Amino acid sequence: MSKELSYLEAIREALLEEMRRDPKVFVLGEDVGAYGGAFGVTQGLYDEFGEMRVIDTPISESAIVGVSIGAALRGYRPVAEMQFADFISCAFDQIVNQAATLRYRYGGRASVPIVVRAPSGGNVGGGLYHSQNPEAWFIHRPGLKVVAPSTAYDAKGLLKAAIRDDNPVIYFEHKYLYRRAKGPVPEGDEIVPIGVAATRREGNDATLLTYGAMVAPSLEAADRLSKEGVEVDVIDLRTLLPYDKAAIFASLEKTNRVLVVHEDVKTLGIGSEISAVIMEERFDTLDAPVMRVTYPDTHPPFSHVLEGANLPNADKITGALRRLAAY
Amino acid sequence: MTDRMLHMYRQMLAIRLFEERVNDLYTRALMPGLAHLYIGEEAVAVGVCEALRRDDYITSTHRGHGHCLAKGAVPDLMFAELLGKKAGYCKGKGGSMHIADPDTGNLGANAIVGGSAALAAGAAFSSKYLKLDRVVACFFGEGALGQGVLYESMNLAQLWKLPIVYVCENNQYNEYTHFSETTAGDIIARPSAFGLAVASVDGQDVRAVYDTTAPLVERARKGDGPAFLLCNTYRFRGHHVGDISRDYYRAKHEEQRWTSERDPLAILGAHLLEQQAADRAALDRMAAELTAQMDAAMQWAIDAPYPSPDEVTEDVYA
Repeated sequence: MSKELSYLEAIREALLEEMRRDPKVFVLGEDVGAYGGAFGVTQGLYDEFGEMRVIDTPISESAIVGVSIGAALRGYRPVAEMQFADFISCAFDQIVNQAATLRYRYGGRASVPIVVRAPSGGNVGGGLYHSQNPEAWFIHRPGLKVVAPSTAYDAKGLLKAAIRDDNPVIYFEHKYLYRRAKGPVPEGDEIVPIGVAATRREGNDATLLTYGAMVAPSLEAADRLSKEGVEVDVIDLRTLLPYDKAAIFASLEKTNRVLVVHEDVKTLGIGSEISAVIMEERFDTLDAPVMRVTYPDTHPPFSHVLEGANLPNADKITGALRRLAAY
Repeated sequence: MTDRMLHMYRQMLAIRLFEERVNDLYTRALMPGLAHLYIGEEAVAVGVCEALRRDDYITSTHRGHGHCLAKGAVPDLMFAELLGKKAGYCKGKGGSMHIADPDTGNLGANAIVGGSAALAAGAAFSSKYLKLDRVVACFFGEGALGQGVLYESMNLAQLWKLPIVYVCENNQYNEYTHFSETTAGDIIARPSAFGLAVASVDGQDVRAVYDTTAPLVERARKGDGPAFLLCNTYRFRGHHVGDISRDYYRAKHEEQRWTSERDPLAILGAHLLEQQAADRAALDRMAAELTAQMDAAMQWAIDAPYPSPDEVTEDVYA
């Protein structure tokens, strides 16, 4: 039996192992040094690697990402921390205009192996600027890769994969899972490959596609449906760009029904894209319209009453699955 | 020093001839899109790059042809890139505003104003990390003074004592607006507030640009930290090749005064003759030789093949 770590510890272990393995890997961000990061993810790294590899920066998200790009052009593999994913918009130009396009602009003569870690997600009482799920902005930008682990295992394995990837990777780590998700983690050189989904539960009656903090309530809903005689295939996308189209289509072939669940808002969330692709390429396979359970098209409010009532949860997902199964 | 002066004259002339041909390609409708000419500002790129080693780095701007050539890019591949040809520096994907050439330390022109400021600091950070003495010259126009990322970058560079020289080319116009209408206070006071070493120089006098840059570069190379060099210059032409009616934002007599009295080529040329470092015949021979080279490079690019349309999705990912 391998050891168990929390999701947060798994992220830290990935950083630690990759920094030991490759001297070209360094981390930078606000308070990541001796303090160990706002959430404690980088605790201990400063003591082992020192100030040249665990670098405190000013509160300057553009510069954090821009410096990472410049260092990457000279062979480094920087891991930049946005203290909260909500602040990533301050670095938007550096990510979408600079990092994402650089290889293309150079005609393939360079690449940008950076990772931008972005603690995302609601249900933590954070309010408007400490709760967002901005993944769709980056899924819309060719040149980037976007991952969003739901388990400690994937948190470690996907971060190792992201650090070793030669492209800019936006790594969304869900704050709600930091200490709640626990489990075994990959050991040694094992990674979780980018672009490969994981089937969390098998079933032949409906496909549920989700990721991040929505995996747990999705599994709970699937268990309820099982008691009603409906078996749901629950697929954790894990990577949002490029998402695992083959896994989605394979599941659809056996279930003919799809529900997408995400904590991101509805309009132009990844559910929109997946729905459109299924329409275009697998229309004949569908026995029901593709359905979605998402956060509504609004902001994350501070009041837990407002937020809690509107986040997707097992009840809402259960209801949607019943409608989907009955269609 | 004579060799250096002649080399700088040659480099400035090459840029001038290159840019004149770019304008020609545009007016002959051979080059689509925009090009932002560096004519009038040649002394800045040449004087700064003369103070750099080949293994030092630059970052450049949308008005970047001069920086690229001064750092060692070859005109054939630049013309090809401007024409969207496969043989161009970026396989035709970058165009005029995005020429990059890792082989000569050119980390890329950038059509986002101020877009390279933080990237340049990252390259400079790598020098410090690697304990290498390679310096980064970060070129930007005075329009970039309006971009916050520049100040994030300067703050970091000073905190971390990075080997970087910020080269502000004040050509006086943020596109179509005089900089005095967009820039509050004193430009030099801004980097001074961060504690950077600062200098300002007549950007039409290439010898002055070189003489002012060289100690800033060597200072950075030794680990004494970043510097900010303000080069006061003038954009002889429009914001881009299509900007030909400029009366509504600047007076003809202003342009005439700069082009007739403050041309960096004429200023260095006169000095060379006066010092008897060259005679008129020698300068004419140089011009004839460079003209033939530039014509050949341009024709080579015109004749070069375009990329295949299906290459549009190549090089998105490594």
